[in-house]
Amino acid sequence: MPPPQFLELDDIHKRFAGVHALRGVDLSIREGEVHCLAGENGSGKSTLIKVIAGVHPPEEGRVRIGGSDLDPVTPLESIRRGVQVIYQDFSLFPNLSVAENLALNNEVEQGRRIVRWSRIRATAREALARIRRELPLHRPVGELPVADRQLVAIARALLHDARLVIMDEPTTALTQREVENLFTVIENLRAEGIAILFVSHKLREVLRISERLTILRNGSKVAEGPTTDFDERSITEAMTGRSVRDEKFHYTAGPGARPPVLEVEGLGRPPAYRGVSFRVDPGEIVGITGLLGSGRTELALGLFGLLPAREGSVRLDGQPLRIRSVEEALAAGIAYVPEDRLTEGLFLEQSIHRNIIASILPELAGRFGFLDFARARREVEEWIRDFGIATPNAEVPAQSLSGGNQQRVLLARWLARTPRVLVLNGPTVGVDVGSKEAIHQRLRALAAEGMAVLLLSDDLPEVVSNCNRVLLLREGRLAAEFDESVTEETLNAHFAETAGTAGV
Amino acid sequence: MSEPAPRKPLLRRILTADDNLNRLILVSVAIFAAMVALNPDSFLTLRNFVSMSYSFPELGLLALGLALCMITGGIDLSVVGIANLTSVLAALLMVSLLGPDSPPAAVVPVLALAIAVALVTGVLAGWCNGMIVSRFRIHPVLVTLGTWQVFSGIAIILTKGYAVPGFPDAFLALGNGRFLGLPVPLYLFLAAAAVVALVLNRTRFGLSLFLIGTNETAARFAGIPVRSVLVRTYMSSGFLAALAGIIMIARTNQAKADYGESYILQAVLVNLLAGVRWSGGYGRVTGVLLAVVTLQMLSSGFNMMRFNNFARDFTWGVFLILIMVANHLFTERKRRRESAAATPRPAPTPNQETPSS
Repeated sequence: MPPPQFLELDDIHKRFAGVHALRGVDLSIREGEVHCLAGENGSGKSTLIKVIAGVHPPEEGRVRIGGSDLDPVTPLESIRRGVQVIYQDFSLFPNLSVAENLALNNEVEQGRRIVRWSRIRATAREALARIRRELPLHRPVGELPVADRQLVAIARALLHDARLVIMDEPTTALTQREVENLFTVIENLRAEGIAILFVSHKLREVLRISERLTILRNGSKVAEGPTTDFDERSITEAMTGRSVRDEKFHYTAGPGARPPVLEVEGLGRPPAYRGVSFRVDPGEIVGITGLLGSGRTELALGLFGLLPAREGSVRLDGQPLRIRSVEEALAAGIAYVPEDRLTEGLFLEQSIHRNIIASILPELAGRFGFLDFARARREVEEWIRDFGIATPNAEVPAQSLSGGNQQRVLLARWLARTPRVLVLNGPTVGVDVGSKEAIHQRLRALAAEGMAVLLLSDDLPEVVSNCNRVLLLREGRLAAEFDESVTEETLNAHFAETAGTAGV
Repeated sequence: MSEPAPRKPLLRRILTADDNLNRLILVSVAIFAAMVALNPDSFLTLRNFVSMSYSFPELGLLALGLALCMITGGIDLSVVGIANLTSVLAALLMVSLLGPDSPPAAVVPVLALAIAVALVTGVLAGWCNGMIVSRFRIHPVLVTLGTWQVFSGIAIILTKGYAVPGFPDAFLALGNGRFLGLPVPLYLFLAAAAVVALVLNRTRFGLSLFLIGTNETAARFAGIPVRSVLVRTYMSSGFLAALAGIIMIARTNQAKADYGESYILQAVLVNLLAGVRWSGGYGRVTGVLLAVVTLQMLSSGFNMMRFNNFARDFTWGVFLILIMVANHLFTERKRRRESAAATPRPAPTPNQETPSS
């Protein structure tokens, strides 16, 4: 007999100032079930979570948790019945220790005025034991890696007698191996009869971890069922509402031998990376992958002049090039789309217009540095149209855009320079499936025009389907090179090997 | 623009699209009205307005420099120190090279020299600030708090703490003269404000300030020469401070190493009132202009009411804190409104209230 339903949502409607965010959504989760909620950005996933958490009471519909209706739906009642949400920012106190973060709520709840450290440590140890992990109790949470902070958040949720743990995009900032760890924790929780609602748009993960799945599009439920009934294609099609092309990128060398665009010889900045040599021909998309700490990002920053290389040489179109600063890299025609869109890429409060022209200010500036605004506007309008950026106009601040549209703005900023070499570091992290597809198509088009594209990513499916060659970095050295016949399995095998030698 | 605009309420149509500026306009009008009501005979007189426009330009110039730094996410607390150091240098040059009976032909080159030395020193002082801020990554508050002491310290060493009085009439005209019926300092301030506005809104350098203030890391990744822009920002601030210093001593006919210390608080006050964002990335010259005038109206109005002079610092302090709290409340309200509207932002409803009233 299947375990009883823990959560039942029935015909939920929610509107915000005229926007119909949820249109009659049903969702049910059994005890101990790992359920996945998938959908593009803006499809209503976050709103639905907040309805369950009691933050946004629904206007219509029924919320049933633990066998009886919630009326009204309030955060307190939701927590009381065992619902715990782990938001993307984890809501931890970075300056407090692991133990303090874990025990704080209990201390406050019990109305304690005097702190007894032995009791706090005991609470913390008990919490960590439940997820079968060990963490340094005295370390400030802000000093921990993201994956460990997440574990703290999960452990804290369990202290509240959680029966359903909701995880909002929990794997966004994790490496492949950390994701594996998280999945083990999820398995353990399931074994204890705790249900998990896993919110994600990473299809591989959805398929791996969940038993059932619900897909939202534009605030409506468009598909639901056991995960075994779905594959990547059918999920994508349900999420986007259109059929997806899934072709592998093929590189064909043009007629006649064209000289390589980029040649890197013995490049190094010890200890991050050393002795890295490779070449990129015009029209190639070369993937560089490697675990965190493989020197991948440092290598990219070296090519872009932010952390200049100390050894080796770089040639661009056959000409030797010294890259000691961003200015030099830009002047030579190298562009870099950074890893972290929010901290390294966007000027969130500034307009789309300003975000796009940020990289071409020298070109727009005339005498005394006065900018040619007419040209800037033309340029920006063109990019917005060209990339299909969904915005009423160019003066909207970048922060009001969805992740996918933000990434398009960044890409536009760099393509506005018409670079010879485009280096992208994790260009589709946290981007919805539709935008991801659009970005990949764009990269292929750019390569076809003769640009050299370097795609740094740990999203293996992305690397495998979009690159005609893949370089694997390990501990700062090129460990292997694969041609376009490479498969995810091969790359995964090499990763496993790396993990083995690395020890940790 | 050309798109058919939905019908807006009257106030909306009069006011600009910028909420910050609207709030400021309302505050200014309110203070103006209050001062007129409290001083019915003296406030609305030509004399009062002329006298006000002699005194706010110095503060205005200091505030403009501060605004540039604040837009990059920094601050320059040393502006008063720079103004005093540069004006003491100019004063010493004039006093030592000129006697009461120097021929007019000798006066002009000396004045030019004194003013040039003052302005160049201001730029150099700003360069020091900019270098320390951009190379050593020390918070600008700490850097400029330190250099403020250094600059005023040098001025004290040079003057041994005494005032340096007695400048030629041609120089005093910069502080007390009139042109077409309006005070000369007012022209200098308006010219400086126009240049700053032009630079901020129309040039590569100006746009870089906003981008750096919004996200310095992203600016570096976008290829903006962050260090050089920051150095030039503090140099501009130093230049404006030196200009303010020249007007100060031309108005009072003496240079003192510790003149106008309370200006720094007032300059910060002006910028907060003007809506220049403390954390960087936003600020408008129009706002600074309006805020300086507003503060001057408040100050003149209090003077007319024979407001206790000893309570002035207290009043400025209270005002500063009130503005900060009000700014905070407005940002909070805005954020709440935006987050309640969720991801796809709805168009503003036609009969939305105007902010504050």
